[in-house]
Amino acid sequence: MFARVHDAPVRSVRVTVDGRLVEAKLGDSVAAVLLAEGVSPTRVSAVSGTPRAPYCMMGVCFECLVTIDGVGNRQGCLIPVREGMAIETQQARREAGR
Amino acid sequence: MARGAKEYEFAVVGGGLLGSAIAWGLARLGKRVAVLDEGDRATRASRGNFALVWVQSKGLGMPAYAGWTIRGSNGYRAFADELERETGIPVSFERPGGFHLSLSERELEARAQQLKRLHNQPGIVAYETKILDHAEIAKMLPDIGPDVVGGSYCPLDGHVNSQQLLRAFHKGLAQQGAHYLPSHRVESIAHKAGAFVLGTPSGEVRADRIVLAAGNANATLAPLVGLRAPMKPERGQILVTERVQPFLDHPVVTIRQTNEGSVMIGDSKEEGTRDTDMTMGVNAMMAERAVRMFPRLASLNVVRMWTAIRVMTEDGFPIYEQSRSFPGAFVACCHSGVTLAANHALVVAPMIAAGALDEDVVGAFSARRFDVRKSA
Repeated sequence: MFARVHDAPVRSVRVTVDGRLVEAKLGDSVAAVLLAEGVSPTRVSAVSGTPRAPYCMMGVCFECLVTIDGVGNRQGCLIPVREGMAIETQQARREAGR
Repeated sequence: MARGAKEYEFAVVGGGLLGSAIAWGLARLGKRVAVLDEGDRATRASRGNFALVWVQSKGLGMPAYAGWTIRGSNGYRAFADELERETGIPVSFERPGGFHLSLSERELEARAQQLKRLHNQPGIVAYETKILDHAEIAKMLPDIGPDVVGGSYCPLDGHVNSQQLLRAFHKGLAQQGAHYLPSHRVESIAHKAGAFVLGTPSGEVRADRIVLAAGNANATLAPLVGLRAPMKPERGQILVTERVQPFLDHPVVTIRQTNEGSVMIGDSKEEGTRDTDMTMGVNAMMAERAVRMFPRLASLNVVRMWTAIRVMTEDGFPIYEQSRSFPGAFVACCHSGVTLAANHALVVAPMIAAGALDEDVVGAFSARRFDVRKSA
């Protein structure tokens, strides 16, 4: 659904998404990488367990929550990718202390 | 005679939970109502509160307050159902029973003594609050930590989504034709030709009767119409975590999980301050106590935190009064705009609509009690 706009050469950054090696671009947010890779849903909601994906892309709606380098419920749209970053979608309801 | 655009039967000063509940109750009876409110920058306890519908430990020093609170809790379900039915806004009221948890034997002993004094008062309505040990509490709250030595449990305690509650009141008011007037901070009150004239930066509003429900600002407004509302504001701070799968089936007085999955932590009371700054020491103490109560909380991200100024009368109990020198002017002050919402909408508002507060029901909450104490 989403395609990259190639208007300038940008350095690549390698990350993993649910263990799969993915080539992202320097400056991408985590949420942008997930959208570009067609990963959806990226989590299920904590109470009702309904599927969700990034929405506002500006830090407001909290729909893009994913686990980054082992820390859960981080806002993917606000976090730029880094070389070696481990991104995990949240396919189970987020639990306290588990 | 035709009425002008800003002439009403009732003007309610204050658009928070208390003013909105009374205004909704008046509009529900077909009264022509205006709600005068401040703007978006108002210090608004109704936006910062903890959203408990709470009974246990209320009424020490005034047994009538315990009865009034229990009436509020018992009436909540029918009230919330009506408001939801009318507005389509779910307010998520639940009454699973609530806990007060103690982290040391000393705390638990103090808690037990406090409840004993409360329930030993003459004239207090009988209701159940049990002191439980760790094992008994763990049956209902399996995630408590080893530091919880015990606590108290009251089946009448519950909680609600207070943001949705306020929104539902405002939607209900609009549906019933009441006028909500923002940026109408009342600065003067005059009584001319049988009507009250409220002066605001956005112009004058005239009403046959007025209800002052302006929170701590009632302290300055009430004397303008021969009433008293001695207030003692109190600061409270709240931490809110990310949303997680429901695990906390009962609200604790300082920790609750909302219907949306967030965990709210609010464990502070500071007097003598009016500013709305956060203080790190208080927040660290609240977080540390919360994690000792529920170790699972340690892994959660805090996503919001805020400070609010509690509306608090000088003795902590509500004030409902009609002015003797300016009949038709009422004052309503209370800390528990959430817990007492059903009472305000369905008990107090009808009395105000009828023109007289029923002494048998709310006589204990007259501000005359402050005069008695002074002269004693």
